[in-house]
Amino acid sequence: MSEAERAGELAPQARTHAAPGSGSGHVARHPSPKEYVRIAIILAIITAAEVAIYYIEAVEGLLIPLLFLFAVVKFTLVVLWFMHLKFDSRTYARFFMMGLAGAITLFLVVLLTFRVFAG
Amino acid sequence: MASDAMEVHAYESEHLATSTGLPNIKLAMWLFLASDCMLFGALISTYVLYRGASVVGPYPNDVFDIPYTSVSSFVLLASSLTMVLALAALQRGDIGRARVWLLATALLGMTFVGGQVYEFTTFAHEELTLTTNLFSTSFYVLTGFHGTHVAIGILMLLTLLTFSFSGRLGPEKAETVEMVGLYWHFVDIVWIVIFTVVYLIPTGNPG
Repeated sequence: MSEAERAGELAPQARTHAAPGSGSGHVARHPSPKEYVRIAIILAIITAAEVAIYYIEAVEGLLIPLLFLFAVVKFTLVVLWFMHLKFDSRTYARFFMMGLAGAITLFLVVLLTFRVFAG
Repeated sequence: MASDAMEVHAYESEHLATSTGLPNIKLAMWLFLASDCMLFGALISTYVLYRGASVVGPYPNDVFDIPYTSVSSFVLLASSLTMVLALAALQRGDIGRARVWLLATALLGMTFVGGQVYEFTTFAHEELTLTTNLFSTSFYVLTGFHGTHVAIGILMLLTLLTFSFSGRLGPEKAETVEMVGLYWHFVDIVWIVIFTVVYLIPTGNPG
């Protein structure tokens, strides 16, 4: 098996390049500082929106779904761009998804067991 | 996002070949972060379970100061930006700028932890201590664990800064900085969840 095959499947954006310091001597793509700043501005805007809707009574019925949506978008942006999962080997993403899936399962099992959703 | 906005960084490899073809340290870090997900998953579940189960106050709505915590959230988000900028600078070989961004990240982290200490102190003055009720116990344990993670991250950042002044931090150490960065961003994503679940989602408690 070649080293590239052993390195695992790479994300499409980095298919021809290995992750930094991967031991393969390949090249990795990372966002430019300008791109990082753009992501940070988006994160700041979403955070401001989260706080704003907390105070807007008109969206009270949609508050929890909207807050969850905003949190998921922020979480995803940080993981994909700042933690480079969008660009690195998918093996890292699989490891992380394993832990995340475990945490979400634990959360749901606990809350379902104690009937938190039933009110 | 436009891929043309990306830069391509080349690295001289200093690793021996591994069985996966990936650096073991980075695999280990992602495994650690996966396990830490489980830890915080348990703590957040406990908080959600108990936050509305207190029989005596103060309740969440009595003590939370959303504008104040929002500023803390912005501070931690900003620290994630400075962290990636430090890594990018080091990968370019710009040690001076990497040092500045590392220092900025550590200072923003200290601001966050300082804010958390102030918040805890304020709550204690409002008679909300670790043993007051189910809400306070689960709240302090969850946010305390997160704050401890941030504090450990600050120590790692300060260690990197010390290395930079003794000439032990160059582009060849970019992977080390990336590991600290992964940890730091993880702390940030945990806060994204805590800020939403703990502070912004209203409770059914009186208050």
